[in-house]
Amino acid sequence: MEVHLTTPLKTKDLENLKIGDQVYITGTVYTGRDAAHKRLVELLEKGEELPFNTEGQIIYYVGPAPAPPGKPIGSAGPTTSYRMDPYAPALLDVGMKAMIGKGPRDKSVIDSMIKNKAVYLAAVGGAAVVVAKSIKESKVIAYEDLGPEAIREMKVENFPCVVANDVYGNDIYKAGVEQYKK
Amino acid sequence: MREVNVKDLIPVVKKLCIDANYYMGEDVIAKIKEFKEKEESPTAVNVLDILLENYELADKEQMPICQDTGIAVCFVEIGQDVHLTGGDFTEAMNEGVRQGYQDGYLRKSMVADPIIDRVNTKDNTPAIIYTEIVPGEKIKITIAPKGGGSENMSEVKMMKAADGIKGVVDFVVDRIKRSGGNPCPPIVVGVGLGGNFEQSALLAKKSLLRSLTVQNPDPKWAEVEKEILEKINNLGIGPQGLGGRTTALGVHILSKPCHIASMPVAVNVQCHAARHKSVII
Repeated sequence: MEVHLTTPLKTKDLENLKIGDQVYITGTVYTGRDAAHKRLVELLEKGEELPFNTEGQIIYYVGPAPAPPGKPIGSAGPTTSYRMDPYAPALLDVGMKAMIGKGPRDKSVIDSMIKNKAVYLAAVGGAAVVVAKSIKESKVIAYEDLGPEAIREMKVENFPCVVANDVYGNDIYKAGVEQYKK
Repeated sequence: MREVNVKDLIPVVKKLCIDANYYMGEDVIAKIKEFKEKEESPTAVNVLDILLENYELADKEQMPICQDTGIAVCFVEIGQDVHLTGGDFTEAMNEGVRQGYQDGYLRKSMVADPIIDRVNTKDNTPAIIYTEIVPGEKIKITIAPKGGGSENMSEVKMMKAADGIKGVVDFVVDRIKRSGGNPCPPIVVGVGLGGNFEQSALLAKKSLLRSLTVQNPDPKWAEVEKEILEKINNLGIGPQGLGGRTTALGVHILSKPCHIASMPVAVNVQCHAARHKSVII
């Protein structure tokens, strides 16, 4: 199925999604990878405010290449998600509704998605120019010192991804392999 | 004796960094098209189409194929009749990398300290530079930008002679099975056999420089490569791990003699963006 989603995401939008669905996102996504996640979770542990409103929002695991002249951003494909597994449940607990990355998640993250009715979306790793074409604006909103790992607010139009984990605990990385292994 | 000023290497290295990141090799493109024909999963075919579209777009837009423009891994073969002049060779190589990553709008992915503070060096240096002295008076420079996601799925194992070829095949296939969708399949699998602990890893890395359309010159290893490739593609991982028959585009083996007590085996995993460009000066 092909689904168009607009941010902020609502639970009812996500309840209809099934693994394998092709999703196109329009609206805002926030970027963050290893170093930014560490800082965000440290803020939560101290009971401090995060640098952006998390309610219904999407976090995209990416460290983009610098923007060439005349472009809003450089190549910007997903990074491998398991490195964010230790931090992801804490962000879902404060209202984030979706994560975009590549590669499978561990059980703690999948359980947290069921609990919080959130989803994990896979973008195509290494298709970084294709993804960049859907990013219309990008600005650093926190942790500029981290360079490519800074948190950016991106405006996207029809950002392409596939539902990898739905709100019911289904996992495309298990189902897909089961179907095609010999 | 031929004198080469190291400053003349700077623009060469700069261009190789940019070209390797913008222009996908014809071998990868040909292999993806070949595997696409045999692919059974519609999702997998769609992913492979997106990858092919991305290579074309990167070339057209003059942008890196992947945002992870890698550690700049440099292999330099220096003819023994070359005399390097004009300054520090390593610094000249790093300056070429610095300029390439800056002027090519490539991502800077190096942190100075690996564990404690992990502060970005902001210019993608230091590069990892391997030099080899060879006969002649030429210099061959190869730049192979290596992404972190696939590198993280690599492993060295000190096996026993009793494990035999079956042990090696099982270890390599299991390593890829455990990697799943993480290293951005379809991958290229570099296997280094023999030598010692660190040489096996370097052999695995170097094996990735072979074109995907060139067979292993040793028929014995060509046969083993074929066997491992078939087993990997029967795992069902598929492009991006979403399920399918195209998990690896090729398996490359390089081997060296080793100690009577040892049988080192290294697996270096390479994502589909198998980037490397060379030039001979």
